Amino acid sequence: MALLSSAAVLLGKELRTEFRSRELLTTTTVFVLIVIVLFSFSFDPTSEESRRFGAGLLWLAFLFAASLMLQPCFLREQSNDTLSALRLSVSDPFAIFLAKLVANTLFLLLTELLLLPVFAVMYNVQVLPMLHWLVLVFFLGSLGVSITGTALSAISAQARMRELLLPLLLLPLLTPILVASTEVTAALFDRSPYVQWKGVGFLAVFDLAFLTILWLLGEYLLEE
Amino acid sequence: MTPTVFSPTGIRFENIDKRYGGLYALRRVSLEIAAGECVVFAGRNGSGKTTLLRIAARLVRPSSGSVSFLNGGEERGGTVPPAGFVAHATMVYDELTAEENLLLFARLQGIAEPGARAETLLREVGLAERRSSLVRTFSRGMRQRVAIARALVNEPAVVLLDEPTTGLDPEGASWFAQTLRHLRDSGRTMLMSLHGESEVSTLATRAIRLDAGTVVADTLTGANFRSILAFANV
Repeated sequence: MALLSSAAVLLGKELRTEFRSRELLTTTTVFVLIVIVLFSFSFDPTSEESRRFGAGLLWLAFLFAASLMLQPCFLREQSNDTLSALRLSVSDPFAIFLAKLVANTLFLLLTELLLLPVFAVMYNVQVLPMLHWLVLVFFLGSLGVSITGTALSAISAQARMRELLLPLLLLPLLTPILVASTEVTAALFDRSPYVQWKGVGFLAVFDLAFLTILWLLGEYLLEE
Repeated sequence: MTPTVFSPTGIRFENIDKRYGGLYALRRVSLEIAAGECVVFAGRNGSGKTTLLRIAARLVRPSSGSVSFLNGGEERGGTVPPAGFVAHATMVYDELTAEENLLLFARLQGIAEPGARAETLLREVGLAERRSSLVRTFSRGMRQRVAIARALVNEPAVVLLDEPTTGLDPEGASWFAQTLRHLRDSGRTMLMSLHGESEVSTLATRAIRLDAGTVVADTLTGANFRSILAFANV
């Protein structure tokens, strides 16, 4: 219970600081918007092409946005050495990760949901009938991205060339998520939409596996 | 300062080594700090002062050797409450108010009445009227007041201070020395690293000089005391 109560307190802090500054949400949303518009201008896709390639473009944009969003996750704990204060205060360091990954998932999901209508209009894709399933895929995909990205953010924050390191580590590791999320989303964009349960199951297992790894190894990632 | 509710705690460092790659930050450091002592670590940059304090705070794991906390000369059993740690970095959030910072750390440490504790601390560090201001709007001296309030949120028996007066103006340093005097007189064990002599260093009851990660001088009082502190400026 101490873990969950610490995580809840820290999540409150993450949300408060972000909604006060709106740094991450604003920059990430604008970034994804630019990527979606640029893709649209480059390809000028027909409705059929959008259904085939739109899901991939959408998830690539989300992954780029995530690498942007996750970068400051631990980096901003360094300017005042607040990470040390947190480590001194929590009984289980996993609480720090749990709060950050939940916050990152929420921020990412919010960005995705804000941009979905823009994508639907620009790429002429019907999203409303399958919205609840899309939300599920976005959630599972974003959770996987956040778990992996939060862990890597903790590693890269202590390294030299930290700004370059995170995307270099993150994007290859997220290939399975990109593939699975794209396939499930493409099936939902299909002329006859359907839920690709195999992909949904894969995303859930990926999330669970990486969450367990983070729980087991998180303490070592925070060590100096 | 708040009346003491902690149990007096000493610290024992046994054969501490800390290596970063092939480089020794600390080499075979063995020290015993009695409960209530106020120890100043002096030495050049890179002599190992910060590493030793961070090992005492359990923020850094030694490569070999051990740190234990003592009660009446015997090793304390069970979970030892975290030490209060004050460094030149404030360890508080600029985007939160002074009160929000203290509430955050009080809640994380399971303080029974976080609101009342934050209120008391804000009054003690003279920031009650600025409780709702964001820390980023504070001067360096005010930030350091929040930092010390945060470090004392759980009423620690051990307070670790890593060059806490860096960047403070004379007035801020004087307030800080006054506050540390109260802490020392309340029976807390204090370990601090300093650069040279100052109002804060006069509080020390023991001075230890580190050089290249090893203890080269350790004295309680007398002529050596000042020379140990002065050496840090060389």
